[in-house]
This record gives sequence, C-alpha cells and structure tokens, in this order.
Amino acid sequence: MSEQTQRQAYWIANLKLVALCLSIWFVVSYLFGIILVDQLNAIKLGGYGLGFWFAQQGSMYIFVVLIFFYANRMKKLDEKFNVHED
Amino acid sequence: MDLKTLTFIVVGATFALYIGIAIWARAGTTKEFYVAGTGVHPVANGMATAADWMSAASFISMAGLIAFMGYDASVYLMGWTGGYVLLALLLAPYLRKYGKFTVSEFIGERYYSKTARMVAVLCLVVASVTYVIGQMKGVGVAFSRFLEVDFTTGVFVGMTIVFIYAVMGGMKGITYTQIAQYCVLIFAYTVPAIFISLNLTGNPIPQLGLGSTMADGSGIALLDKLDMIVNDLGFAAYTAQKKSTLDMFLLTMSLMIGTAGLPHVIMRFFTVPKVADARSSAGWALVFIAILYTTAPAVGAMARLNLMETIQTGEVGSTDGNLVYADRPEWFKNWETTGLLKFEDKNGDGRIQYYNDKDAEFAAKAASFGWTGNEMVKVDRDIMVLANPEIANLPNWVIALVAAGGLAAALSTAAGLLLAISTAISHDVIKGMISPDISEKKELLASRLAMAGAIIVAGYLGMNPPGFAAQVVALAFGLAASSIFPALMMGIFNKNMDDKGAIVGMLVGLLSTLIYIFWFKGWFFIPGTEMAVNTADNWFMGISPESFGAVGAMLNFAAAYVVSKITPPPPEHIQHLVEDIRVPMGAAKTARDH
Repeated sequence: MSEQTQRQAYWIANLKLVALCLSIWFVVSYLFGIILVDQLNAIKLGGYGLGFWFAQQGSMYIFVVLIFFYANRMKKLDEKFNVHED
Repeated sequence: MDLKTLTFIVVGATFALYIGIAIWARAGTTKEFYVAGTGVHPVANGMATAADWMSAASFISMAGLIAFMGYDASVYLMGWTGGYVLLALLLAPYLRKYGKFTVSEFIGERYYSKTARMVAVLCLVVASVTYVIGQMKGVGVAFSRFLEVDFTTGVFVGMTIVFIYAVMGGMKGITYTQIAQYCVLIFAYTVPAIFISLNLTGNPIPQLGLGSTMADGSGIALLDKLDMIVNDLGFAAYTAQKKSTLDMFLLTMSLMIGTAGLPHVIMRFFTVPKVADARSSAGWALVFIAILYTTAPAVGAMARLNLMETIQTGEVGSTDGNLVYADRPEWFKNWETTGLLKFEDKNGDGRIQYYNDKDAEFAAKAASFGWTGNEMVKVDRDIMVLANPEIANLPNWVIALVAAGGLAAALSTAAGLLLAISTAISHDVIKGMISPDISEKKELLASRLAMAGAIIVAGYLGMNPPGFAAQVVALAFGLAASSIFPALMMGIFNKNMDDKGAIVGMLVGLLSTLIYIFWFKGWFFIPGTEMAVNTADNWFMGISPESFGAVGAMLNFAAAYVVSKITPPPPEHIQHLVEDIRVPMGAAKTARDH
C-alpha cells in the first residue's frame, strides 16, 4: 500500500469509529435521557426511574467510557496503519 | 475555634499553596507561557482542565438549579459533560497535531484569511470576558459571606492572587495551580455530600444514595418521597418533565456544542506532549468533572428534601404541621441576614408556610387551611450548596472547606479565561496582525501586560457587574456553538471547505443566534428593546433563546456547505495541511518548527 492510500484507509477507519461512538453518545443522552424518558421511567433501577437515571447519572458514566474506548481504539489504528508518533 | 478564624486559616493555607506553586512554576518562554511547554502529563492536564471548566457556577449554582428544576436540570448535566465527547472525537487530537498556540490561529491559517481569524478572536474575547465577570462576582460573594469582609475587598484579594500566579507562570503556573485547586474543590464538594447521603439513606456514596430508600425505616425511595412532598405542596413532581421535549433536546445540544467550542477549554489540549495524549486527556478531564457532576444531582435532591422537611414538619394542612418561625434553625437566621432567604408572615400565625401559590388548584386548597400565600418570599438557589453543611449540622471545618472550595473553583476558571484573553491579544492581535516580527521576549512581555490589563478589567466588571451578566452566559455558549465549533469541525473534516464558505457560515451562525437572543431579550440586552415578550408562546417552534445555539450551528453548516460548493476549492497547500493534521505522525516535528 502506498503511503497515500494507507492514510486514506486510516481516515476511513477513524470516521467509522467516530460514527459508532457518536451513535452511542446520542442514544444514551438524547434518546434515553430525553426522548424516551417517560417510557424508560417505568423500569426501576433501585429508587431511580431508568430514564431519570440516564439523564442525571448514566449518560455521564457512558461518556467517560466512550472517550477512553475511542482513545484506545485509535491508538491501535495508529499502530496498524503506521501513522503513530515517534 | 470559631468559624471565622477557622475559615481564615483554611482559605489562607490554600492561597499560600497557590502562590508557592506559582514561584516554583515560573514561565521563561512564550511556549511555556501559552502552552506550558507542551510537557503536561495527560492525567495532570485532565485534572487542570476539570478545574478550569468547573467554575463558581458549577460549584455553587448547579446543585441549586437541580434542587429547584428537578429532572429538567438534566440538560445542564448532560450538556456540560457531553461536549467533552465531541472535543475528544472531533477536535482535540487534530488541533494538538496542528501544534500552534491558539484557536483563532488555526482558523486564520486553515481558511487563509485574516478576516476569519479576527471573527474568531472577537467571539473568543466576548465569550471569555462574559465568563470572567461571573467568576469575579463569585469570589466577592464567597469572601463576603465567609470572611465577613465587604464585597469589593473580596474581589480585590481575589484579583491579587490571580495576578501573582497567572502573570508569573502563564499556562505553566496556571496548570499546576489548577491541579491543587481541583483537589481542594472536589474534596470540599464531596465531603458534605457524603455526610448528607449517609444521614438520609445510610449509603455513603451520594450517587447511590440518590437511588436508595430512606434510612428512616419507611422503606420508601428517596426520589419517590421527594416527589410526594413537593406534590403535596402544589409544586410539580421533582422527577417529572416540565420543559418541552424539543427545547430540552436543543438546549442540551447547544450546551454540548458550545462546550466543545469554548476556546479556553480547547486551549488546554495544546499543552499535552502527543496527539494520543490529547484524546485520553479529554477522557481524564471528564472523569474529574463527572465526579462533581454526578454528585450534584444527589446534593440538589437531598438539599431540597432537607429544606422542605425543615419547614413542613408535619402533615400538610394540620395546625401544627409548619415550623414555628421563632424556632427556626441557626443557618436560617444566617442566610436571612444576607438577604438571600426571606420570610414574610402573611397570615400572621407565626408559622412558616412554603408552598406553590401559583398553582390555582392548590392555592384554593391552601386557603381552606388558612394560608394566605407562600411565605418564603425569597429562596435564592445559590445558597443550597453553601448552606448544605449547616443544614446537615456538619462540623465547622467542613463549612470552612466549602468556602475554600468555592474560591478555588472561581479562581481556577478565572485564570484560564484570563489566559485565553491575553493570548488572543498578544499572539493573535499583536504578533499575528500588528507586528509579526516581534521578538519572543517582547511577545512574552506583551502577554504579561495583556494579562495584567485583563485582570484589572475583569476585577472592575466584577465589582460593577452589568445587570445582564447572567443572560450573557447564554450568549457565550450561543456564540461558541454557532460560530467557533462548526468552523473548526469543517476545517478538519471537510477538505474542500474554503475561506468564503467558512466566513459566510460563521456570520450566518453568529448573526442568526445573536438576533434570536436579542429579539427576546432586548438589543444588546437593553431593557425595553425586546421585539417580543420572552415566553414560550412567542418562541419560534417553542425554542427558547438559550437553546438557539444548536439551530445557529445547523444554519452555519448548511450555509458554509452551499457556498463552498459554488466557489473554487481551497489552494493545494491548505488541502495538504488538512491531510497532515488528520494523522498523528510528525506532531513532535511540527512543535519544534514553531
């Protein structure tokens, strides 16, 4: 693979990963925390309604996990396509 | 030891620590001053970013907002944290790879246009100055309540401390001070929360306590109990949604995009050694932020519960169900003297009735109890966090700690913003436009002078805050969301975006958002110049002015895309620049070239 096509492949792989992460980001906050909140509140998580929990707790935990997941996967992509630093 | 002496000792000790760090971390070069020599470990940078981000508003006001808005306040929790996902995935690594000092510098070079750079500088300065006013005011309030000095003296002391470490150390001094400040503020926030959660639910972890059952043996869940108590007094249920779904959606989106577009936050990611570090550092920042942001809902709900139960001691409507005013607790009296809590005995029975007299149905019912109106005529939301340790009868050292924590939150954010302003002036305006040949030594001097000037202006505005300070915060997020974020994102993800597209996009986003906000809040916030009353009936599709930033951003993207399609593509070297920032390789070289 030439350097040009290799970089192109790296970028596509990155975009796919970003799309996956942002879908999860959207689902846990906008979908579970806002749009479907009433339906999810019918399910209880301890004293929390599930929708309320996603809005005030769960979405934030998942955001943290998402960033580390992305950073970790990108590190592997950097190595695989040989575009990492030093 | 009395509270005042103890507070002086705790606050004095933290200040001595900040100044000590400043002397140890002096900046010798512009690179150290602007980006701390790009040698900050990602975890340390994450912690400093968290302190930078969490302002007096996060520390003092947010739990109070949650306490009174309940579920609807989720927009702030999700909005102010979800923005970090966008930063980590869409902006931080690429801007770190680009390897310069400021956000406006990237916009100027990517769109090969001084106009674009100027627009970015303008947005940056407006957004940052707005924020600084709030911080300086927070410093004044914390000083005047806990150290019993007057407001102006408080602001002055705060200015002096920031002056010492920010002017001496630049980003390097600020970063290391912020790490200390983070430790102080998170300790001060979580300790009272743990005690209160333990009291109410028997669970020491506030995040779990909020979802637990009450420890009073009733077996009822805390949130259900809170819903019941507020419902019984005519207020809307705590966990119920009051805003429209569309408005909540757009407000959350505006806050997220705005967070990712705020220059003082983005700048932090220029300080880490590598591109990979910029990604993980955003994760660490969010870890440290989430510790406070997931505790805040517990603090808010528990403070509301404690407040309601303190006043409504028995069954609603029974003759002895309400607190006798003469028997009110000590903290109640303390806050009455500040004027932030006010009681008026409307029916003259010597007892306190706190209920929702705006709800017609409940007001009628209340009248049958002999209640003639809500008697808690003022309950300022901001006192919830500060009064919390007193309400829960915690020892004096915890109260002293909360004072130090509030100050740490305000000072750390103020320093970060002041750095963003002074960098924009010395690097973007003086070096970038007025005299590009300025020597490094002179540029360093210029940035120190700009910093000193910014501190004086901020201090002055903090002492004489314009009446519209609170509203301008919405403007800051609106500006960042509708102009800066789309320009940065398209600069990285759309190789064919040209100067004309970007500038038209920025202007469309900026103007549509500005006009929508001014339409309902008055031109330049001048009272009486509103074009329509600021109520949900008048809003376009029920979108509040605070939520419009996301719409402005969409308009920006759309306009930029259309214009870039009908104008020639950007020159080849710009397309190479974009290809280059998309890969981490070679970042160290870029940094050396600088």
